[in-house]
Amino acid sequence: MPPPPAPAAQAPRKGVLARIAESRNALGLLFMLPAAAFLIFFLTYPLGLGVWLGFTDTKIGRTGVFIGIENYRWLFDDPVFWLTVFNTLFYTVFASIAKFALGLWLALLLNRHLPFKNVFRAIILLPWVVPTVLSAMAFWWIFDSQFSIISWVLMKLGVIAAPINFLGDPWNARWSVIAANIWRGIPFVAISLLAGLQTIPQSLNEAAAIDGATPWQRFRLVTLPLLTPIIAVVMTFSVLFTFTDFQLIYVLTRGGPVNATHLMATLSFQRAIPGGQLGEGAAIAVAMIPFLLAAILFSFFGLQRRKWQQGND
Amino acid sequence: MARATEDNIGGIEQFESLPRRILTVWLPLAVFVFVLLFPFYWMAITAVKPDNQLTDYNNYSPFWVVGPTLEHMKYLLFETTYPRWMWNTVIVSVASTAISLFASVLAAYAIERLRFRGSRVTGLLIFLAYLVPPSILFIPLAFIVFQVGIFDSRLALILTYPTFLIPFCTWLLMGYFRSIPYELEESALVDGASRWQILTRVVLPLAVPGLISAGIFAFTLSWNEFIYALTFISSSENKTVPVGVLTELVRGDIYEWGALMSGALLGSLPVVILYSFFVDYYVSSMTGAVKE
Repeated sequence: MPPPPAPAAQAPRKGVLARIAESRNALGLLFMLPAAAFLIFFLTYPLGLGVWLGFTDTKIGRTGVFIGIENYRWLFDDPVFWLTVFNTLFYTVFASIAKFALGLWLALLLNRHLPFKNVFRAIILLPWVVPTVLSAMAFWWIFDSQFSIISWVLMKLGVIAAPINFLGDPWNARWSVIAANIWRGIPFVAISLLAGLQTIPQSLNEAAAIDGATPWQRFRLVTLPLLTPIIAVVMTFSVLFTFTDFQLIYVLTRGGPVNATHLMATLSFQRAIPGGQLGEGAAIAVAMIPFLLAAILFSFFGLQRRKWQQGND
Repeated sequence: MARATEDNIGGIEQFESLPRRILTVWLPLAVFVFVLLFPFYWMAITAVKPDNQLTDYNNYSPFWVVGPTLEHMKYLLFETTYPRWMWNTVIVSVASTAISLFASVLAAYAIERLRFRGSRVTGLLIFLAYLVPPSILFIPLAFIVFQVGIFDSRLALILTYPTFLIPFCTWLLMGYFRSIPYELEESALVDGASRWQILTRVVLPLAVPGLISAGIFAFTLSWNEFIYALTFISSSENKTVPVGVLTELVRGDIYEWGALMSGALLGSLPVVILYSFFVDYYVSSMTGAVKE
């Protein structure tokens, strides 16, 4: 049997443009071009470049040479680096737990039938909308060592005798920056979980109530399991952004006192930009990647397991 | 966004007694609102306080202000580079938002509707790009910005901000495009419309809420950005508001809290005003981005 004639021979010749317009693959590629160009040149390439810089002794104004894992060996022996790893984990764990607990509580409150619900929702999102640096400056003033309004109120109430040195004492400073971070993070968690709560049919809750379930049982056995997928996503975001936080610390303490609040991101900045050691700064930034991957994988596989337990989605 | 709120009316909540409701709902809610709003109140009241009242808690109540003054604002607007920082922030935010929207609309349409080979993987990669934090990118980016020769210019920020805006906007718009019935496009295709015509005449008009969401979100995110602006900009007249307020208004050991808080307040106003007009878009895009 003779082969069928090639389509090109029959179809009238078309211009290149017309052919691109008809092919999904070519057109898709064309449409992806602007986004891809930006992301490859300013995201993927710098990511690779950052890893490479971590293996060099590049300084500001001087191209570096490849020095293998020397930066990492140097960091391994650097007590300040390990202190920042500790600080970062401490900051992330406590801030994330508190944001989750308070955010969930707020979401549950807002999920009830309340008058002025939209007003509340609008107010609660405000800390998230205002630029972090600017609201952190308000906290800076609230945490002032001499004129802190918190100290003033506590002194008036007779709880304390002298102003609290919020940002000058290592542990006070750690808890202070965590408090500011929680303040800023609650809206995101609360509004996202509220959206999740609103997709849960009220009838399920009512059925459980009729069967005699207490409010706590209804929360634990009905609401929480249905909310788990969205909790996993929200908390992954929350943990990632807390772990890599920079702005709050930079405004409130710049890592002090005696490095007590230095996070990996702020140490990386300090060593690289004012310190001029680009290679070392890049190595610290790269050292954050395993933690971030672990957080992503944890929630990814956590979600997979849940799906598998529940059978088909 | 599914709205189950209508079902809630009545519900099981009506069996609760009023005192119990006050204790378990209204009191915690009041504490939440107070704590979340107090820093703004403190910021605003400090911004209009005359200098002699700022730290004099013995003769004046710290929570109120006697004879509010606009001195701090005047100082900010006429004796510092503040207006220039505002202008820079506006330019950078508008330009990077426009670029990101353009790129994201095309990308989201391609991934969601053209379904080219590898579109699923591309969608996943875009999502992963969103998870790459700026604090691990700023060092190599500073390197690149320097080599390209745009260091210390607004262009450096306009070109780098899309790296976190495009993933977010694309992801958001993919959700909106998915909600537009495919049949509309098919009939347009049968009628001989080109893909470009379909995108601009059929899909985009229907995706206007999505475009607004993505636009205001991108604008707010650029307005908030700090670490790139801090690293890539060195001269005072090119700084953005967050960086300028922090690096130029804080001098020595004596903090001019009035001016600092005025700067923070004025710098927050544009996004807060924008926010107050589009609250619902904010909420839906925030939750939409999580639920996808």
